[in-house]
Amino acid sequence: MIPLEHFLVVSAVLFSLGVYGVLVRRNAVLILMSVELMLNAASINMVAFAAYTSPERFIGIIFAIFIIIVAAAEVGLALGIILRLFRNRRTANVDEVDQLKW
Amino acid sequence: MTVTEVIFYFIAAAAILGGLGVVVSRNVVHAALSLVFTLLAVAALFILLASEFLALVQVLVYAGGVAVLLLFALVLTRARDMNQTLDNNQKPLAAIAGLALMGVLIAMTVLTTWPRAADEPTLVDFNALGDALFRSWVVPFEVASLVLLVALVGAIVLAGPEEGEE
Repeated sequence: MIPLEHFLVVSAVLFSLGVYGVLVRRNAVLILMSVELMLNAASINMVAFAAYTSPERFIGIIFAIFIIIVAAAEVGLALGIILRLFRNRRTANVDEVDQLKW
Repeated sequence: MTVTEVIFYFIAAAAILGGLGVVVSRNVVHAALSLVFTLLAVAALFILLASEFLALVQVLVYAGGVAVLLLFALVLTRARDMNQTLDNNQKPLAAIAGLALMGVLIAMTVLTTWPRAADEPTLVDFNALGDALFRSWVVPFEVASLVLLVALVGAIVLAGPEEGEE
């Protein structure tokens, strides 16, 4: 059997990769992908803890379902925002969008 | 080493390699495909944790829906045509931050003794899961549907034509 810690280590590595991606990428879509990595790492943690430490197994799984729901909503909205940004500024790079008003 | 352990290490390596591809790839489409790979590997991890329902949802919503939306976003913003660097100039700092966070998280994981209720993940009964979702968790469930509705309307308003445009 696989110890709980191994799942947690995988999730920690994925989360750190997501943090690195958010800090280093310029394109808004790639930043969004890194955020998805972090959300997935959180889901793994929830499910692993539910499977190993909680006698009531549903709570972790239901949390993970809500994470997936929110991620889907977030991606849809972010796509709309990025498309609007691209139409107005001809770029999807977040470091070129430094004005609050123009 | 049992068969399950071999499968676990294989899937874990696949997930981490995919994640690495997302953050270091020089081609945006390769990054998106690496993300799909990672999402499928995470679905396999859910199966190892005996939560097949979640694995199904992961494949349907993430690998099916979210990945396609992200590819759409890449194509519509012509991210591939623009010949430009994908990374900004804070790579060393970001690498330090990421490695430090990973070190802290792994050290904490290894040093803590976690409470144990089960030695082996037991299979979740679909009926009981549905029962829990639609009885004790029905209010968050309805709020989630409202969130999805608002996000849908917001996305259409944001991406649709402005007044004056055809």
